[in-house]
Amino acid sequence: MDTVIKVENLTKRFGDFTAVDNITFEVKRGEIFGFLGANGAGKTTAMRMLCGLSIPTEGKGTVAGYDIFRQPELVKKSIGYMSQKFSMYEDLKVWENLELFGGIYGMHDKEIKIKTDELMGRLNFEEERDQLVKSLPLGFKQKLAFSVSIFHHPQVVFLDEPTGGVDPITRRRFWEMIYDATASGITVFVTTHYMDEAEYCDRVSIMVDGRIEALDSPMNLKRTYNAKNMDEVFQQLARKSTRKAD
Amino acid sequence: MKQLFSFIRKEFHHILRDKTTVMILLLMPVIQIVLFGFALSQEVKDTKVVVLANTSDDATRRIIDRVDASEYFDVAVVAHNSNDIDAAFRDGKAKLAMVFEDHFSENLKHTGKAHIQLIADATDPNAATSFLFYASNIITNYQQDLSPTQTNSGLITPEVKMLYNPQMKSAFNFVPGVLGMIMILICAMMTSIAIVREKEMGTMEILLVSPMKPIYTILSKIAPYFVLSVINFATIMLLSVFVLKVPIAGSFISLLTVSLLYIFVALSLGLLISTLTSSQLAAMMISGMGLMIPVMLLSGMIFPIENMPAFLRFISNFVPARWYIDAVKTIMIKGLGLGAVLKDVGVLVLMGTVLVTISLKKFKVRLG
Repeated sequence: MDTVIKVENLTKRFGDFTAVDNITFEVKRGEIFGFLGANGAGKTTAMRMLCGLSIPTEGKGTVAGYDIFRQPELVKKSIGYMSQKFSMYEDLKVWENLELFGGIYGMHDKEIKIKTDELMGRLNFEEERDQLVKSLPLGFKQKLAFSVSIFHHPQVVFLDEPTGGVDPITRRRFWEMIYDATASGITVFVTTHYMDEAEYCDRVSIMVDGRIEALDSPMNLKRTYNAKNMDEVFQQLARKSTRKAD
Repeated sequence: MKQLFSFIRKEFHHILRDKTTVMILLLMPVIQIVLFGFALSQEVKDTKVVVLANTSDDATRRIIDRVDASEYFDVAVVAHNSNDIDAAFRDGKAKLAMVFEDHFSENLKHTGKAHIQLIADATDPNAATSFLFYASNIITNYQQDLSPTQTNSGLITPEVKMLYNPQMKSAFNFVPGVLGMIMILICAMMTSIAIVREKEMGTMEILLVSPMKPIYTILSKIAPYFVLSVINFATIMLLSVFVLKVPIAGSFISLLTVSLLYIFVALSLGLLISTLTSSQLAAMMISGMGLMIPVMLLSGMIFPIENMPAFLRFISNFVPARWYIDAVKTIMIKGLGLGAVLKDVGVLVLMGTVLVTISLKKFKVRLG
């Protein structure tokens, strides 16, 4: 398996505050990599650096084989992104959102059309196709946002707390979509603070105060920390935090 | 290119689906023109006059008839004593009083001298000044007709001609003003709000993570408001020519050129505001307070710049609308060509270049 994300000694400081403190890790192709941490632990900042949204203070990293410092434009072409804020255009119709993002990622009209038909069929969205996004329930919107983020078949998709505010069943369905994506060769990099979701990941890293305190498969982590579930692992590590959550 | 077109289409969807806003934007110039043209008219027309003449004689009657016959005045009340005049002013039945001295006609005939007192309701000083001017004119004219040679032989009578706007129509002044204001409102305010909205909604993040070039984002945000501004420009032109009867004396092409230049300046202002703020409310406040008020007060639209204190006169140099309105007046009303507005054009080009340079530099490709 080859490496899709490779990060070495990555650091981000805002003035005196070190948001991300010297983190190093690798993500393999086709993996679901969980990026956990309490609020304010620095996971969003780290993810933003990987997406080219934020310039690292120190360290280096590559995403999809491109340097995040020198080739941010090439990085951007090879990734998808879905943020915790719901990120579709609410006053556009479902298919218009797909068409827009397809266009932004340079897909051809024909390709956009075929993939839209295919996606609507797969999600059972035929009836909602012509509706404005704002009229859809949150669970639908999240599925749609995820579909948009992988519409151009990126090498890696970054999901920043994608399932905030929905019930466990909807979350479970969402995760089924994530599995489908990895089956088609997309690497998934996901932040969450639902510990049941952590169990679904191939490997999990836990950030505390800007540093990665633990990184392993959920099963190994539970064994190492002698815990029944991921929640206990997380509690043990998070207790070390001196930073105040916001 | 495909990116750009997909994005421009999206921007048009945003605007066209927000029906209320689009209606407001399209109707605003119409409403403003109607308001300024009819409701807030500073033209003197059918001003109510109260007259007091104790001795009704030939000369007083003739003057009163002339006043009544002119389109500026309407003799509404005939008073019998000074209390009647007070009452007429208090009840709003008159804006101007003409008081003839006793034995007006006789005095005029025998001594060559007679007095009329003009009393004006000066709660609106501008209006009072103009109708006093008209009333004095009517009286002077009567006097000249009466004795073209003898009595006035020693006096110098100035003959006043109102150049470019002989009827003193206020439309000649406010049409350029409304143009200057609407463009700022639509280009600067709406553009900045549209960009800031993406920041607020979180969609800007998605755009920044995408391979979308920032310049495309900017261009496509600008495109629909550019189209709207051109539509509004056309609306104002049509209304002013066909409803207010303000002709375009100069070349339409010159007028259009100057207007496009001004739209460019206004759009770059909007862009700058959007890079400085992160909430729609802040963008609205800055454009409202920071742009609308200077445009209204310091551009010469309502108050003449020449009468301002030196400090405000200095500030007014930085208000783009001031230069635009001046150029529009020169071309549209005076009928002069682009050559006459080189200074205005130069200042606007300079402003646009500076603004667009600053805002493109500040438009963040990365979020900190």
